[in-house]
Amino acid sequence: MYRAFNHLPESLRAGDEGRLSGVYVSVKDNVCVEGMPSTAGSRVLEGYVPPFDATVVAKCRLEGAAILGKTAQDEFGFGTFNVNTPYGVPLNPHDPERSPGGSSGGAAVVTAAAEFPHLAISESTGGSISCPASFCGVVGVTPTYGRTSRWGLIDYANSLDKIGCMGKTVRDAALLLSVISGPDRYDSTVLHAPVDDYVARADEPVEGLRVGVPREYFGEGVDQGVSEAVWRGIKRLEERGAEISEVSLPFTRYSLSSYYIIAMAEASTNLAKFCGLRYGLHMPLEGTFDEYFSAVRSAGFGDEAKRRIILGTYARMAGYRDAYYLKALRVRTRVIEDFKRVFGDVDVLAAPTMPVVAPRFDEVADMEPIQHYMMDVLTVAPNLAGIPMASVPCGESDGMPVGLHVMADHLGEADVIRATAAVEEG
Amino acid sequence: MSDAEIDRGMVRRVAEAAHLSLTDEELERYERQLKVILEAFRELDEVDTQGVEPSYHPVELEGVLRDDEVSHWSWDPLANSAHREDGYFRGPRIQ
Repeated sequence: MYRAFNHLPESLRAGDEGRLSGVYVSVKDNVCVEGMPSTAGSRVLEGYVPPFDATVVAKCRLEGAAILGKTAQDEFGFGTFNVNTPYGVPLNPHDPERSPGGSSGGAAVVTAAAEFPHLAISESTGGSISCPASFCGVVGVTPTYGRTSRWGLIDYANSLDKIGCMGKTVRDAALLLSVISGPDRYDSTVLHAPVDDYVARADEPVEGLRVGVPREYFGEGVDQGVSEAVWRGIKRLEERGAEISEVSLPFTRYSLSSYYIIAMAEASTNLAKFCGLRYGLHMPLEGTFDEYFSAVRSAGFGDEAKRRIILGTYARMAGYRDAYYLKALRVRTRVIEDFKRVFGDVDVLAAPTMPVVAPRFDEVADMEPIQHYMMDVLTVAPNLAGIPMASVPCGESDGMPVGLHVMADHLGEADVIRATAAVEEG
Repeated sequence: MSDAEIDRGMVRRVAEAAHLSLTDEELERYERQLKVILEAFRELDEVDTQGVEPSYHPVELEGVLRDDEVSHWSWDPLANSAHREDGYFRGPRIQ
């Protein structure tokens, strides 16, 4: 199916009762499923078969879900177009010559194309749920940092990674969010706030909901067709009684650099454990420790992974750490303060998810790494701040789907669901 | 911010520290691309962060402690390794 899967099992097992009974759940390749090869889209983990389920997967099984398979992604989540992988590059079901977005590309493709009850476990570090959801015309929900357990996730950047969900509709995604949220004895960073019934929240009216439209999110680089479709979605909220006002988030423009420095620094430490000893790619034990580890890592990591390891290592090195890594963490504080201030005046923010519709693969091939990173300009700020967000289809431009992004303050998932459901109802 | 000085020698040293052996083609390409990326990162110099605390996490995390009881993994930690011997990992020689 549009090369969306990295692994499909030979048989499925499902429960016959629970909130996900009769539902197939696909799982992004970087989330561990017992007995299914889980490579996070990387050669360096080839052959790794987890002996356990990630907590979010175990929660789905307890509710009767059948685990469908492992979905394609950029290697470790390093990408915006799902082309950074040694395995199959998934294709956009709306136009197979276009990217489905990344890094959770396979998850969005299956969600868009499945003609059976299906939900997707996906994961975002800097926009990896919102971007493919926008490009493939499905709903993608990224919860507050710590709302869902990360136990069993193959880490990219620990202070940024969030496991979330995709569905064809807001209510579908909300159901999966209700199932996978909440405390876990294996992950001490999970928030202990009570878990809501998010599906019920989709039925609540948006009358009186204060919606802020950040002017920095409609600036240069945002396609006019995208902008127009998003405004039509915002008008729908207004017609239903929401109060629309313009707001400003001046530190947004610095979020891209701050995000990439932090993400790469954390990634370079997380990826240090892949050395061909305990799991994944192995080679004959030749040479010294240093030679063996370097040989495995040089063969196992792809181009973008190597680039990020080098940049991340550099940003943490003595002499550069203050200038890059600590500076980025201080700018992150400024970005968070920006959001906190605005959420004193409005309940949610509405903006385009991505500045463009899904590009064609030949266009992606012509882009330099820095141009790939710049595509994340609208999604990195909320990810850096760890606030909840969802992308919902709001129309088309150029015959391709456009996503409207709704963001709320920490633990404001209920308002995100309520607002996106109102956009969806058109 | 200090000058984003990165040359081929620096790329090689950083790669070695991260246990990556790069080909000449990779060295050339990464040097070129890293210069552009690090130059872009320097925009952070414009932000006044005097007295601003770094955010290692996006939310306030609370310390969580569980009861100090012995628990056992139910799986074999060696199961995914091709380099094992008598219940141990077998590694490459140290020197």
